[in-house]
Amino acid sequence: MSSIPLSAYLVTALLLFCMGLYGALTKRNAVIVLISIELMLNAVNINLVAFAKYGVGASIRGQVFSLFTITVAAAEAAVGLAILIALYRNRGTVNVDEMNTLKK
Amino acid sequence: MNGELIVFVILFLITISGALFMLNLSKVVHMVMALVLTFLGIAGLYVTLAAEFVAVVQILIYSGAITIIMLFGIMLTKHSDEEKKTSFAKKGIVLSGIAIFFLIMFSAIQNLSLGSQATTLHENNTEQIGIMLFTEYVIPFELVSVVLLVALVGAVILAKRDDAKEGE
Repeated sequence: MSSIPLSAYLVTALLLFCMGLYGALTKRNAVIVLISIELMLNAVNINLVAFAKYGVGASIRGQVFSLFTITVAAAEAAVGLAILIALYRNRGTVNVDEMNTLKK
Repeated sequence: MNGELIVFVILFLITISGALFMLNLSKVVHMVMALVLTFLGIAGLYVTLAAEFVAVVQILIYSGAITIIMLFGIMLTKHSDEEKKTSFAKKGIVLSGIAIFFLIMFSAIQNLSLGSQATTLHENNTEQIGIMLFTEYVIPFELVSVVLLVALVGAVILAKRDDAKEGE
């Protein structure tokens, strides 16, 4: 039996999520925004694995779910980077403030 | 204070300090390197949660693949190197919103305890995951492979230089 309470893991995940959210909303570099989103997805993964051990009806399912999340996050990172590079080729910037063609 | 708790505190500090460095460093490459620290700390947390397979996958995918992909993204685009400062007003609004969110969530989870614990997760962890993946979750597993294929082809097409257009 583990002596670490469930809430310790949940608070870790919450802190990571908040920092990722802050980075995604305030950073201007699009690569950093993508990385911050990865950080938020990681926080969700910690929750899934923590509930796989401590949750109601705890079983291996939580870990299988976290594997699916990791896969989709990897696909998201690849497509996001591809869009970023296409955008950079057309606009010559990676600054999210200058990506406002739809607003004009 | 037992050994388990000490390990958890160390991993917690590694994870959080990596994320803090990511937010506060000024060069983009350094930010990504700080994030590797966070990913490794999270992998350690998975080990303490009896999820060895997920921990290894975390190291392979995040500290390996995604970090390299992000570095490619940084190297292939031009940066002013120094991150420009966001205005104080915007930072303040975002920070207060996130602080409210944090406090609400924290008050909800600080004493959460669901009583029971799974005790058999560490026994043949990879085998258990494999059996679950190829019996009960075999259809999602195949669908995920389609998602990966679509993402691969989509990424290639998006990032490919549009030669036909340039030739006109």
